[in-house]
Amino acid sequence: MSTDVIQAQGLTKRYQGRTAVDGVSFAVGQGEVFGLLGPNGAGKTTTILMLLGLTDASSGSVSVLGRDPRRSPLAVKREVGYMPDAVGFYDYLTARENLAYTAKLMEIEAGERNARIDAALERVGLAGDADRRVAAFSRGMRQRLGLAEIVLKRARIAILDEPTSGLDPQAAEDFLGLIDSLRRDGVTVLLSSHLLDHMQRICDRVALFHRGRIALMGSVPELARQVLGGRSAVLVEARGRDLPALLRGIAGVTSVEAQGDQRWRLRAERDVRPDIARALVAANAELLRLDDEPLSLDAIYNRFFHSMAQGERRHAA
Amino acid sequence: MQREGSPVQGMSVVLLKELADHLRSGRMRVLEWLIILTAAAALYGVFQQIRNTTASDPYVFLRLFTAAQEPMPSFSALLGFLVPLVAIGLGFDAVNGEYSRRTMSRLLSQPIYRDALLMGKFLAGLATLAISLLALWLLVIGAGLILLGVPPGGEEIARSLLFLLLTLAYAGVWLAVAMLCSIVFRSAATSALVSLGLWLFLSLLWPMLAGALAQAVAPPDPVALMLGQPGMETLQWQQALERLSPSQLFGEGVLALLVPSTRTLGPVFLSQLQGAVIGSPLPLSQSLAIVWPQLVGLIAAVILLFTLAYMVFQRREVRA
Repeated sequence: MSTDVIQAQGLTKRYQGRTAVDGVSFAVGQGEVFGLLGPNGAGKTTTILMLLGLTDASSGSVSVLGRDPRRSPLAVKREVGYMPDAVGFYDYLTARENLAYTAKLMEIEAGERNARIDAALERVGLAGDADRRVAAFSRGMRQRLGLAEIVLKRARIAILDEPTSGLDPQAAEDFLGLIDSLRRDGVTVLLSSHLLDHMQRICDRVALFHRGRIALMGSVPELARQVLGGRSAVLVEARGRDLPALLRGIAGVTSVEAQGDQRWRLRAERDVRPDIARALVAANAELLRLDDEPLSLDAIYNRFFHSMAQGERRHAA
Repeated sequence: MQREGSPVQGMSVVLLKELADHLRSGRMRVLEWLIILTAAAALYGVFQQIRNTTASDPYVFLRLFTAAQEPMPSFSALLGFLVPLVAIGLGFDAVNGEYSRRTMSRLLSQPIYRDALLMGKFLAGLATLAISLLALWLLVIGAGLILLGVPPGGEEIARSLLFLLLTLAYAGVWLAVAMLCSIVFRSAATSALVSLGLWLFLSLLWPMLAGALAQAVAPPDPVALMLGQPGMETLQWQQALERLSPSQLFGEGVLALLVPSTRTLGPVFLSQLQGAVIGSPLPLSQSLAIVWPQLVGLIAAVILLFTLAYMVFQRREVRA
């Protein structure tokens, strides 16, 4: 794709004898929200640092906005905003002073510096706290200040490492809204997280990291097809007698799993919902609910790592 | 691989920010008061003592720096003791502090190289020390003007300013040591402890050890033993070993600069004294020639230590 703003090819990072990132390749398109997903220590942060040129790759190549971050790190860092995991600020300075320092490092002209800082603080909802010391800020406020720095930079790419971990639900919600507003501005966002529901809501595509490799990559529905196999499960809620046997008897149903007295989770080869409805009504049962199980990254993730673990156990045996 | 862009891009921004931090930090204020109060105590006795000789002494202002009144040491000896403390205080958490505050990766994701960060921090520390020393120097000279009632001569000003430069170089060594420790050790406490330990070792223990080591390396010859004196070779070894410590270099430099009658910093041979008027002062250029190796040695140590710190810092991973 010609509009790819980030391209990584066979990216590998070895620390003394340990391979943290092992041959990772991916591309992120202009304006896309791309998620790096995986347990802690799977190589997400190391990959991000290599994109920024803050860590040298052992092998492989990176191109960010058509530039090599190892050769021209300053040019790349001028266009890319980065918010590290648990971002820190100088506690003894105010929010405005903290941003003023980085604004000078970004070479923002003295004349427009204050206006841009004010605009950035306004955007993330910290305008009222601009002259308070960061020492008094909550974690959520610090995260927002970190985002204000990216807004201040007018970055074309925002790289956010674990932006919502450790936030309370309301703060996380606010933060996701801010990320979404970046997307609407046309900023390409690359974020890493292990919080699946947040990622599912905001990402166009995700890459699932496992032990330094990308195990799966694609949009959430695509991943669901790959991992969960064809169709999603059907949830049935009904009252009646001998319903499990009845459900199992429907042509095309492969498994029935009880989830309480009146709830069952069915897997099938095709869309069996009309057949289920017909069968239940014919059996004089009370049909309370009939629904496709919502696609969830959670389910994909669990299923995927479950099968990985099983595969490894088989290997070991 | 050639990297693009200037390594000093953003350095002045870092320098000014760090300088502002130093100058308004509580830590610096405590250290400044410590120096001012001890200096005042040392100088008080000295003023009493040299007032009587003001008329007869051509270098009375230099005596302000070197004279000692029991129980206080001289002002220059005091500076030699306290300046490393201030330098270490400024540098021991320069780099690991950024890690523990988690500001390092955010800072380095701005368009600057690590060079700019390290250099800016080092120069800010040095500038802070220079400002403090200059202020202290002005205080001493000012107090001298008022209390002694004579203006300092041109050579006295030149010599005491060179002494300031020497002190700054000496402080630079300890600043570089502290910054190196702040890069090598992740915890600020460890870094402070190691730099302070090194300072105590080199200033207090090493002079004693150097004597013993010299005896071991070059035992005194029988003639010298009979005369009850250390041998020539032993002396030379001892001095060479002692000069590994920056505090020894500083002490020798102070002697040559502030006591104009100092003719040599090593053993003196009778042949060298032929034609010399013992006790008469040397011209500034000759004193400078004596102190040159000491000054160059200190500056070289600063550069060496800073280069070492730079190399270690470049290899550090950004993630904490």
